[in-house]
Amino acid sequence: MSTYPLIDHADELRAVSGRPLSEVTLDALDELSIADVQISAATLHAQAEIAHAAGFRQLATNLTRAAELTAVPNAELLRMYELLRPQRASQAELLALADALEQRYEAVENARMVREAAAVYQARGLLKRG
Amino acid sequence: MTQSRRFAILAEREINKETFVEPWPEAGLIVADSPFDPAPSLRIEAGRVVELDGRARADFDMLDCFIADHSIDLETATEAMALPANQIARMLVDINVPRAQLRRIVGGCTPAKLVEIIRHMSVLEMMIGLAKMRVRRTPANQAHVTNKREHPALLAADAAEAALRGFAEVETTVGVARFAPLNALAILVGTQTGRGGVLTQCSIEESMGLRLAMKGLTSYAETLSVYGTELSFVDGDDTPWSKAFLASAYASRGVKVRFTSGTGSEALMGHAEGCSMLYLEARCLLVTRGAGSQGVQNGSISCIALPESLPGGVRAVLAENLLAAMLDLEVAAGNDALASHSAIRKTAKLMLQFIPGADFIFSGYSAIPKRDNLFGGGNFDAEDFDDYNVLQRDMQIDGGVRPVAEAATMDARRLAAQAIQAIYAELGFPPITDAEIDAATFAHGSEDMPVRDVVADLAAADQFLAGEQTILAAVRALKVRGFTQIATNILEMGRQRVAGDYLQPSAIFDHDFRVLSGINDPNDYAGPGTGYRVSGARWEEIQALPQVRSPRDFIADQLGAPVASLAEIGLARPGSANEVVVAVGPAFGTALTSTIGNLAHADVLAAILTGVASEGLTARVIKIYHSSDCAAIGYAGAQLSGSGIAIGMQSRGTTVIQKRGLPRLHNLELFPQSPSLTLDIYREIGRNAARYAKGLAVQPVPVQVDNWARLRLIVKTTLLHRRETEQVREQPPMEWRFDWEPDV
Repeated sequence: MSTYPLIDHADELRAVSGRPLSEVTLDALDELSIADVQISAATLHAQAEIAHAAGFRQLATNLTRAAELTAVPNAELLRMYELLRPQRASQAELLALADALEQRYEAVENARMVREAAAVYQARGLLKRG
Repeated sequence: MTQSRRFAILAEREINKETFVEPWPEAGLIVADSPFDPAPSLRIEAGRVVELDGRARADFDMLDCFIADHSIDLETATEAMALPANQIARMLVDINVPRAQLRRIVGGCTPAKLVEIIRHMSVLEMMIGLAKMRVRRTPANQAHVTNKREHPALLAADAAEAALRGFAEVETTVGVARFAPLNALAILVGTQTGRGGVLTQCSIEESMGLRLAMKGLTSYAETLSVYGTELSFVDGDDTPWSKAFLASAYASRGVKVRFTSGTGSEALMGHAEGCSMLYLEARCLLVTRGAGSQGVQNGSISCIALPESLPGGVRAVLAENLLAAMLDLEVAAGNDALASHSAIRKTAKLMLQFIPGADFIFSGYSAIPKRDNLFGGGNFDAEDFDDYNVLQRDMQIDGGVRPVAEAATMDARRLAAQAIQAIYAELGFPPITDAEIDAATFAHGSEDMPVRDVVADLAAADQFLAGEQTILAAVRALKVRGFTQIATNILEMGRQRVAGDYLQPSAIFDHDFRVLSGINDPNDYAGPGTGYRVSGARWEEIQALPQVRSPRDFIADQLGAPVASLAEIGLARPGSANEVVVAVGPAFGTALTSTIGNLAHADVLAAILTGVASEGLTARVIKIYHSSDCAAIGYAGAQLSGSGIAIGMQSRGTTVIQKRGLPRLHNLELFPQSPSLTLDIYREIGRNAARYAKGLAVQPVPVQVDNWARLRLIVKTTLLHRRETEQVREQPPMEWRFDWEPDV
């Protein structure tokens, strides 16, 4: 892979905050926040392409879903994960989650996966009881 | 009823502390080929799986649904399922079938098909398969660093040592869950002190793990557990979908994950549904692949004693590592939990991963004493480090670690403890004292550490977790206090998150913080002379154990000024009547001056001659030059002896009593264990030789048998014999005068 590792093209990389990676240095530490050391959607898409080209199809899909989730704040992300665990959410809550992912965050792959989960959970008795 | 002494001793062996049971499929106690395992099948209609391993879609459980819709490559499935399993097995072992061809086929296989492939394979064949199918070319290793007190300075110091010793990943966990953020911080700081680029994780409840990653306190997560039946998965409080989401959640923050599975978990949790452990593990692996996890920790893991109680258990554990690698997953290959009381058994099991290599040969070598291991681990621990380094050197195998010198290790440990002390001071955590740093530097286990105020530490942990501070606060603290390199390394971990290169399969960072993964370091093993080979600088490093010495210095103790009381008289002639000849080797008293047991040659001669004199006979010292061989020396002496009796002795001390007329390699008495010979024994030898010369009945000299002596001294023996052999020349035997009077 001629473009991998992407760190060799650090000039072209930005953190999710928008800060160029070349500006994430010890000298600049006082200006840095955690978002300056977090990956951006664009970079995740680039890594997804690399994975896909190397034949790791499902990893590429995971990284594409991850790109969508960069837009979701931490607390919300944790909440979404909880809802997908057994007996946490009703059918309606899961479908609402899918809608939120799609409409608020344009996370269409994640929304598709949540809708799929909702159908399976219903069939297998994994939704919230009562 | 009398009991066999031998069977009584066997009953006390470590191996007999283990539990061994017959298979019982109904209870899930069967490692492979349960009568309740389904036969492989796959039916696709209109681009969708409608039947999987004997179940129709209407009867799918949640794992079937997920596997059918995410895990199997439908483009190759028909072709793959039609290939005889034995043929795929043969392809795995065939060095002429490239990895790429196999991964394509395997991608179309169902769980039952995968275990059917395994059915045809021996452990040897599976090891060849693993060598070929592992994702990353370069093998590596993972360490556990924990301690019972959850002491931060000790965690940091041990993490630094683990990094120095070459581990590419370090995992910690908690005794008390609230310690998680501080434990994670300590090993992150410690590893980056030892070597920048070591990946760190904290094994903890799932959402808590994500919170730590979000704060930058960990670089990857591993214990995203998956299970092979629906009920066990639900007891594990997740589904394939929640796990897939969690994997993406971590990746969205630039954090690497692998899932965790492993034979035996479903049976242990009471939900094996009568299926074999390996079949259920195959389902786990397909869920892992379908979710898009880049890798898996498997190899039974915490449940290891369960498959090991059953026949073929260790074989099945190798099989699950192989299946994961075949499925293009990075494998952290178990060998972590305490698997056996028997050192023989645990090492034999390890060889199945050690010899072929794995992405991580251990998913948790206990880099601390097992009593401090909070994982229930410690299969191999800190006290096995030197043994493990020797195994690498013995076999020219890269086991993912390196030998280290004590001084450099103490330096790294101290620096790591100072670094965490600085962070605690800057962030207002309960202070770490200089006494704790000293203790952590030289400690072996938590019993060597001063006690901390746990209540205060936990309050600090709670506050740190709940607040807004992230790893950047710690980096700031290190920068302010002058720990620039460590701060740089930790920040570099953050920068690598931005780049995301280490999210690719099987990624680690090398000593230069360069990523090595299945993308840029793919496994290209295709038989002898190909793939990863231990050579060059890495082989030099493996060979250079601190215990290694130069053989040139080995025999210094046996060298000295020539024995003054010995002088050459002239040619040795056949003797008369009652004498014993003491024939000595060509280096005796000259090129060598004491025996391997450090007995001075003059003392040895005096002892022998005293023994001879005590029987009223005389002795002549004759030096043999034409051979360094003990039998030849004794034989030559016997030809010259008036009585026909001679003592033959090599300079290192090996001695024989020979009689003229006996074949060269036969003798009256032989003393082959030169290290065991004392001056008393040499005196007895002299006495016995005289008694043989007088034609009396002789009780052979009793000697201690010490079989360890050869093991310990064989190098020295070789070098002493070399020195003697260097003195061999074409010269007839010469008589020597020994300036000595008997005490009798």
